Amino acid sequence: MFEFLTSKFEDLFFKIKNKGKLSPKDLEDSLREIKLILLEADVNYLVVKQFLEKIKEKALGENILESLTPFQQVIKIVNDEMINMLGGSSSLINFSQRIPTIIMLVGLQGSGKTTTAVKLANLIKSKYAKKVSLIAADIYRPAAILQLIDYSKKIGCEVYHEDNNNNPVQICINGINALRKEASDVVIIDTAGRLQIDVEMMNEVIEIKKQVKPHQIYLVVDCMTGQEAVNIAKEFNEKLEYDGIILTKLDSDSRGGAALSINHVVKKPIKFVSVGEKIEDFDIFHPDRMASRIIGMGDILTLIEKTEKLIDEKKSKEIEEKIYKNELNFEDFVEQLRSIKKIGSLEKIFSMLPIMGKNKVLKDINLDDKQIDKIEAIINSMTKQERRYPEIINGSRKKRIADGSGTDVSDVNKLLKQFENTRHLLKQFTGGFNKKGFKLPFTGF
Amino acid sequence: MLKLFKNLNYIWNKFKIAGNEFWDTLEEELILSNVSVETASEILKDVKEYCYENNISNFEEIKKFLKEKIKSILIKDINYDNKVLKINQKPFIILVAGVNGVGKTSSIAKLANLLKNEGKTVLISAADTFRAAAIEQIQYFADKLNIDIVKHQRDSDPGAVVYDSLDRAIAKNIDIVIIDTAGRMQTSANLIDELKKIKRIINKKLNRDPDEVLLVIDSNTGQNAKFQADVFNKALNLTGIILTKADSSSKGGVVLSIKNDLNIPIKFITFGEKINDIDYFDPEKFVEMLIA
Repeated sequence: MFEFLTSKFEDLFFKIKNKGKLSPKDLEDSLREIKLILLEADVNYLVVKQFLEKIKEKALGENILESLTPFQQVIKIVNDEMINMLGGSSSLINFSQRIPTIIMLVGLQGSGKTTTAVKLANLIKSKYAKKVSLIAADIYRPAAILQLIDYSKKIGCEVYHEDNNNNPVQICINGINALRKEASDVVIIDTAGRLQIDVEMMNEVIEIKKQVKPHQIYLVVDCMTGQEAVNIAKEFNEKLEYDGIILTKLDSDSRGGAALSINHVVKKPIKFVSVGEKIEDFDIFHPDRMASRIIGMGDILTLIEKTEKLIDEKKSKEIEEKIYKNELNFEDFVEQLRSIKKIGSLEKIFSMLPIMGKNKVLKDINLDDKQIDKIEAIINSMTKQERRYPEIINGSRKKRIADGSGTDVSDVNKLLKQFENTRHLLKQFTGGFNKKGFKLPFTGF
Repeated sequence: MLKLFKNLNYIWNKFKIAGNEFWDTLEEELILSNVSVETASEILKDVKEYCYENNISNFEEIKKFLKEKIKSILIKDINYDNKVLKINQKPFIILVAGVNGVGKTSSIAKLANLLKNEGKTVLISAADTFRAAAIEQIQYFADKLNIDIVKHQRDSDPGAVVYDSLDRAIAKNIDIVIIDTAGRMQTSANLIDELKKIKRIINKKLNRDPDEVLLVIDSNTGQNAKFQADVFNKALNLTGIILTKADSSSKGGVVLSIKNDLNIPIKFITFGEKINDIDYFDPEKFVEMLIA
């Protein structure tokens, strides 16, 4: 799901990243591109406009050259705004004190209400260990009741239905009474699909709400819905004031723009998402995770946060100074290694990086965390003086260090050689480095 | 009803001149109607150029050319003058496919009824053996319309249903067979393969492809519809589209993009819950509806 957005955003960010520095024109271009991506993904035009304004405002407001790299900052801003757009943190079901908790599902024809009713019943049943029953209130679509009964059998939930009653309001009232007697904890009402502009049908569902007083009303929305999604959501809300949204068909490789627009417009949380044909293909929705997924860089944000927290920028700057003066020593080296290790395994760090085709690259690089442990052990076996002035390490010292760290003299030699090479290399490059921003100097490992 | 611009006259009256603001607003409205960004800019580029070259600043003329431009996209490479179904052999096979919830089964009932009212004999092949109660739903329509139906048990092989349907159609000298298939996400490769298999069975039995392979598209669907059309087209060689739910508040602009990008024509349009709420697609009428 959301692969469309993910791949488009990846392309875009890859492009900016390669620019290194971000000029005002780059920012303009990026914003234009973000606009096209979002529109192609069916995010509502008006929502896109607001989204871009906010990003621009933030990007200009925060001095994006100040922290880390501008590129990462842009992603962070886009990601934060994306979470805002999706509606903050996820929220769970509130059960009523008195049974049954009544949940009513409404939506357009074909949005997936009947399937969703059963999937939701299954989720509540298995996650909260409640007795869940359903009411079949769709008397219009041929065989809709049968579909609900048939599907519910698979999860062992009872369906209340009346075959010769063509009054859905009455069916719901009777159903609640009957199911309360049977001690159902939760009752889910599957209503008929209706257009929000169909006055008669909307009045019917308003009447059900009035009579039955559901504790929760969810609007079921097909996530392939286009620009109109916001109007549908808005008008249903004006008539019914529902509590949340269930998005269906997220397995359709959808662009999922509806998901991004609706919350923004009606301020109702997306509660659940349906991601496949199987009954279990139904999840609680986490806006933050979804945003990360869309950006395709969820993990790099974690990485940025972690580095921000764990790596002292001041210290990192001191090290750069030292590199410049060719005074880098093993104390700094081990400091950096520890910082990296605090973030996680090399493999994990690498997987968080926004590198195209990184799996191919990964195959060629030996990202062995044991290597780092070994290096750390060797450095730990050095005296303070040896760490500060590696030049003094002679043959007998090497032997002592190797013994102390449980390695061979050849390992110590290898490290010293690599360190000397790195120091030399860094010295050459320092002139061209952007002094701001964190660099991982020891890329030889 | 479908409408590309909420209120074209109002937009014009707001600006009164065909300047950038006017064009930008038109583009915004086209995009809000689910026309893709690409198609929207193409349409406006042509209209703008035409207006500048011919020094046109009169709203009625701009509107007229806008209609012509949109119509030209819709009628490219297809002749709508005669009815779009060229029923020239027996049994004439119509295979209907689409993603879940677009209204396949209802559309098939409506289409069967439309053709029956033209004096054809129709047989419905209930090859959606997957969705719960799908067979019962189509059976209900067949009974009501007094149309022949071939069905098997739920979860049985759809290919076998199609095979039997063709047998029966030949034996009973039926004019048209309409095949209902299970809704499937275009991303589900094995379900798409199942459709290919149905096509192969028709081929084997009749020594030809189905005469029409129609994809059902929901008016409410956004840019994903292009993706659906693309995947189904690659698998099945679509011959046309049934646009459903034209009575919704959506504007259906995405069919413009499907036609523009993939050159798949719209052949039918449905617009309500009643059995007669279906019509042959008429580009003239459609454009008048889109740009009122």
